[in-house]
Amino acid sequence: MNDTIKIENGVFTVPVPDGQLSEKWTNYKSHQKLVNPANKRRLDVIVVGTGLAGASAAASLGELGFNVLNFCIQDSPRRAHSIAAQGGINAAKNYQNDGDSVYRLFYDTIKGGDYRAREANVYRLAEVANDIIDQCVAQGVPFAREYGGLLDNRSFGGAQVSRTFYAKGQTGQQLLLGAYSALSRQVHKGSVKLYHRYEMLDVVLVKDKNGIERARGIIARNLVTGKLERFFAHAVVIATGGYGNVFFLSTNAMASNGSAAVQCYRKGAFFANPCFAQIHPTCIPVHGDYQSKLTLMSESLRNDGRIWVPKKKEDAEALRAGKLKPTQIKDEDRDFYLERRYPAFGNLVPRDVASRAAKERCDAGFGVNNTGLAVFLDFKYAIERLGRDAVEARYGNLFQMYEKIVDENPYETPMMIFPAIHYTMGGIWVDYELQTSIKGLFAIGEANFSDHGANRLGASALMQGLADGYFVLPYTIQNYLADQIQEPRLSTELPEFVKAEQDIKDKITRLLNIKGKRSVDSLHKELGQVMWDNVGMARTEASLKEALVRIKEIKKEFWNNVYIPGDSASMNVELEKALRLADFLDVGYLMALDGLNRNESCGGHFREEYQTEEGEALRHDDKYSYAACWQYRGEDQDPELFKEDLTYEFTVRAQRNYKS
Amino acid sequence: MEKSINIKVKVWRQAGPKVKGMFETYELNNISTDASFLEMIDILNEQLVKEHKEPVAFDHDCREGICGMCSLYINGHPHGPDQEVTTCQLHMRKFHDGQVITIEPWRSRAFPIIKDLMVDRNAYDKIIQAGGYVSVNTGGIPDANAIPIPKPKADEAMDAASCIGCGACAAACKNGSAMLFVAAKVSQLALLPQGQVERAARAKAMVAKMDELGFGNCTNTGACAAECPKSVSLIHIARLNREYLGAKFKD
Amino acid sequence: MWLINSSIGRKFVMSITGLALVLFLLFHGTMNFVAILSPESYNAICHLLGANWYALVATVGLAVLVILHFTFASVLTWQNYKARGKERYSVSESYDEVSFASRNMFVLGVIIIGFMVLHLYNFWFKMQFVEIVHKMGGDFGDISLATDGAYYIRLLFANPVYCVLYLIWLGAIWYHLNHGVWSSLQTLGLSNSVWFKRIKCIGKVVATIVVLLFVSVVVYFGAEAIMNGTTAYVW
Repeated sequence: MNDTIKIENGVFTVPVPDGQLSEKWTNYKSHQKLVNPANKRRLDVIVVGTGLAGASAAASLGELGFNVLNFCIQDSPRRAHSIAAQGGINAAKNYQNDGDSVYRLFYDTIKGGDYRAREANVYRLAEVANDIIDQCVAQGVPFAREYGGLLDNRSFGGAQVSRTFYAKGQTGQQLLLGAYSALSRQVHKGSVKLYHRYEMLDVVLVKDKNGIERARGIIARNLVTGKLERFFAHAVVIATGGYGNVFFLSTNAMASNGSAAVQCYRKGAFFANPCFAQIHPTCIPVHGDYQSKLTLMSESLRNDGRIWVPKKKEDAEALRAGKLKPTQIKDEDRDFYLERRYPAFGNLVPRDVASRAAKERCDAGFGVNNTGLAVFLDFKYAIERLGRDAVEARYGNLFQMYEKIVDENPYETPMMIFPAIHYTMGGIWVDYELQTSIKGLFAIGEANFSDHGANRLGASALMQGLADGYFVLPYTIQNYLADQIQEPRLSTELPEFVKAEQDIKDKITRLLNIKGKRSVDSLHKELGQVMWDNVGMARTEASLKEALVRIKEIKKEFWNNVYIPGDSASMNVELEKALRLADFLDVGYLMALDGLNRNESCGGHFREEYQTEEGEALRHDDKYSYAACWQYRGEDQDPELFKEDLTYEFTVRAQRNYKS
Repeated sequence: MEKSINIKVKVWRQAGPKVKGMFETYELNNISTDASFLEMIDILNEQLVKEHKEPVAFDHDCREGICGMCSLYINGHPHGPDQEVTTCQLHMRKFHDGQVITIEPWRSRAFPIIKDLMVDRNAYDKIIQAGGYVSVNTGGIPDANAIPIPKPKADEAMDAASCIGCGACAAACKNGSAMLFVAAKVSQLALLPQGQVERAARAKAMVAKMDELGFGNCTNTGACAAECPKSVSLIHIARLNREYLGAKFKD
Repeated sequence: MWLINSSIGRKFVMSITGLALVLFLLFHGTMNFVAILSPESYNAICHLLGANWYALVATVGLAVLVILHFTFASVLTWQNYKARGKERYSVSESYDEVSFASRNMFVLGVIIIGFMVLHLYNFWFKMQFVEIVHKMGGDFGDISLATDGAYYIRLLFANPVYCVLYLIWLGAIWYHLNHGVWSSLQTLGLSNSVWFKRIKCIGKVVATIVVLLFVSVVVYFGAEAIMNGTTAYVW
C-alpha cells in the first residue's frame, strides 16, 4: 500500500506540499528527490498507452535518460484516441487580455467539476498549462494564428474568457502528433522501446525486502501472434484512457477500454469516482441498432451555433414525422432553451448542463429527428452575422464530417445533435504524485481519477493529459525512483510473473471453452443499453439498483454463453473483445455501485432525487465531499469503500450558477 | 432517406503473412444505407461468428475519420469510392442494391499483410522516427508567442499536418510511393520557423529511410492526392523535392 | 551517389534529361517547320548540322540523354513494379485527376523509342550517318542527298502509311510530354499552390506546340503529295 495513505475509519486525506496554492508545486519540485544521470540509465519504466499522456510521458522520460518500454494497442502511437479531440486546449496565457489568470483557470476547472477535485492538483494543472502551449509550439504544432502572426484563441463552455488554443477542428490530432514526434525521436535514439499491437493484460506486483508490494512489470499479449509476454520495470505508468466504452455506444474509439484500470483495481489499486462519466451534448444522434459508435461534433460549434427545439409540440411532432422542415419554423416558434434558461452563459454552459437540458426537452416531447431524441444546432444566425466563408473557415471540416455521415448540408439546414457518453472523470485513484495506492504504479491522463472532479470542462482533457505526461509525472516519478536505484532488474522468471501469466492463460482457456451461443458484441450492446438506461444522464436509486442486478445477469450470461471463434495462439479479435468486455462488466458494476452510494447530484452524476426546484444539480457537500475510492475484495463480494476527504482551503464552494 | 440494400462482398481472406490468400464472397441482406461501411463489416462478422466461422480481420479504431487506422481498398479505391473520407466515414448509401463490392487490403511491398485485410504500416512510423520532428526536449522553451508566424504559412503547415498516416497514398500509387506522406511532414516543418534548424537534415533522413523501406519512386501521377482522405496536396511533394534537392546541392 | 541511390535523385535525372530532350524537340520542331516555309533554308540548316564536330558532339549528347532517360525510366519502372508487392489489386480504378498519360509513361516511352528507331532509319541514317561514313573514307548511301533534308521529307510523307505512323508517334509524344513537362518541373520543386495549375498548363502548352510543329510538316507534305498526285509507297 502507498504509504502516503493513512486510513482512519475508512476516511483519509492526502498530503500535499505546504504553502499557498501557488507555491505548492514549486515547493514540491524544490524538495523532491532526483535521480542522477548515470542511475537513470539503469532504471526501467513501463508506460502503457501512447495517447497524449502516455506518449508525452514516455518521450519526456526517455529524454531524461530513463530506459522506457512503451506499449501501444494500435499499430502506431499516432492512432491513440486523443487524436479525435477536436476543439482545443486550455491555457491561462491571457493573450487576449480578457482578464485570464492561472487562478481563474484553476477556479473555472474546480467549479466546473462541481468541487469534487483536489485543490492542489487542479492548481498545478492550471499552472503548467501555459508550458504546454510553449512546448507544443516548439514542436511545430500548427496552432491557429491571427493575421499578425500571434496565436488565436476561441471560447469554450464553462468559461467567460477566450483561453482555448486550437488547430482547426483537429487540435487533438495536432497535439498527439506533436507528442508522437517527440516519442519517435526517443525511439530513434533508443531510449524508448516501442511495442505496438500489444495489450496489457495484467500488472505484476513483487514484494520488496521490507515486504512492501511494488508494481514491477506487466504481462502483455502480442495481438499479432497471440503470445503472452512478460516485462519487468522499476515502475509502471498506466496511461490507457477512460472506460466510456462500457456504454458500447460512445464517442470513444473501438479499442478504447478500461481493462488496464480494472487489472490495477483487481491487484488492489483504488478505483475512484467511477460514476463520474461525462455525457457530451453535441454528438450526432443514434440512427440504428447496427450502429458501432457515436460521432462527436466539437463543443466549439456552440460558440457560433444556437441550440433550439420547436416551441410548439405539434411542430416537433410534424418534424418527427417528416412533414415539416426545420427551416420552415419561424424564429419566434423556436425555443432557444439554453439561452432562455442560462442567460449569462447561453449556449456555452458546461457540458453536463447542456446535456441534461437537451434530455429535459426531449423527455418533455420537443425532441426532433425520427426518434425524437435530438435537438437542433443551427448556424443560420452565424452565417447571417459572419458570412458563410467565415463559418466555413472555422468549422469547415466539422461540417464536411457531418454531411458525410448524415447526408445533410449543415450550411442549409440545422444540424441535429444529441448527448452521448464521451469521457470518464473517474478512474484509478492517484495521490499528488500521480501514484496509485500501489507503490510504483502510476496513472496519468484520463486513466486516473483526474483533476476534473465530477465534470470536465471542454478543452481540459488535452490539457490534463499533456500536463501529466510532460510536466508532472517526469518529476514526481523521480521522487519514487530515487529510492529504487539499488534495485537490480528482476528476472521475469520470478514466481509472481509466472503466476500472473498463468492466471491469464487460465482465463483465456476458460473463455474459449465456453463455446456458447452469444457473440461478444451482442452482450456488450446489452450491457451498453442497461448502462444508458440506468446509469446514464439521469439516475435514480431504483435505476441503479436495477443496473446492479442486470449487470450481474449479463456477467453470468457472458461467462456461460459467449462464443469465441479461433484460438489464443494467433490474432483473435473476438478474444480481445471478450477480455475487454469481461472488464467492462466490472466497470459497469462499479459505476452503478458508486452512483448508488453518492446520494447527491454533482457534475456528470445526476440523481433525479437530488435536484433544485429549477432542475439543477443539488450537491451535498456536508456528506459527499470526498472521492469515493473502491478497493477490490474478490469476485464474490462488493468492493470496500474508502473516502478521500476533499478539503477546500482556498476556494469557497458555491452552487454552480451559469444563469447570471 | 434511409433504405435497405442487398449486396455481395468479395473479401480478401489470408490467414497470415506467409500464407496464400484468396477471395471469399459473402451475401448480406437488408443493409441500411445509413450504416457506415465498417458497420456493414461488423454485421458480416456478427453473421460469421453466428455460423462459427472466423470473422474478417480489419483495422479500425476511432471510426470518425481521424486516427488513420482504417484502410481497405474498396472497388478499386483506397477508402472506397467517395473522396475526402476514410473508410469509416464511407456510408452504404454510396452503393446500390445488388452490387458486388470487392474489398482488398492495401497492397504494397512496404505494407505486408498481417491477416485478411489488416496490414503492417510500421514503415510510416520508421520514416517519422528517422527525422519527422523538431528536436526539442520537454521544458526550457521560449514563450509560444515569441516567434510570430504569418497566418498563411501556419495555415499551409496545418494543411500538410492534417495527414492521418493511413497509408492510402502508398496504397493508391501505382508505384507504391510514400512521397505524399513524407512530403506532408517535411513540408509542415519546413514552413514553420521551429523546423528551420534541422530542415536539410530532416529531408535527407526521411527520404533515405523511405527509400530503404522499399517504397517506390514518385512519378507524379497524383493518385495519392486524389485518394487522400484529408486532401493533402501535391504541392507538398514539390516542396519536399525542393527541400531535398536544395539540401543535396548544398552538401 | 545520391543521383542514383535516392528516389528523388533518380527522378531528378529523369527530369533534367527529359527537359533537355524537350528543348531539343522544340529546336527540331522549329527547324522542321522551316521546311514548309522554305526548303532551301531547311537544307541550309541540315548542312550546318552535318558531320561537323559541334553537330557530332550534340548528337552524341542527345544519344546520352536518350540512353540516360530510358535507362533510368526502365530502372524506376522495375523498382516501382516491385514496390507494389507480389499480389496485385484485382479491381483498380482512378479518378479524373489522375491522367491517362501519367499512368502509362513507360509504355508511351517505349512506343516513342520504337518509332524513334524508325525515324533514325528514315532520316539520320541517310543523312548525317552517310556524311560520317564518307568523312571516314567509306562509301555508303548517296552523299549528294545527305544534306537535302527537304528531299527526304517529301519522299517520306508522299507515303500515306508513313504519315499515319508518324501521326501516331506524335500522338504518343503529346501524351508523354503532357505529363512529362509539368512532372519534371514538379520534381525540380518548381511548384506551389499558385504555380501548380500554371505549370500543368505550361506543360500542356509546350507539349502542344512541339507536337503541332511536327504535325504541320507531316500534314503539309502529306497533303501536298495527295494534291499533286505524287503519292508513292516508297519505303
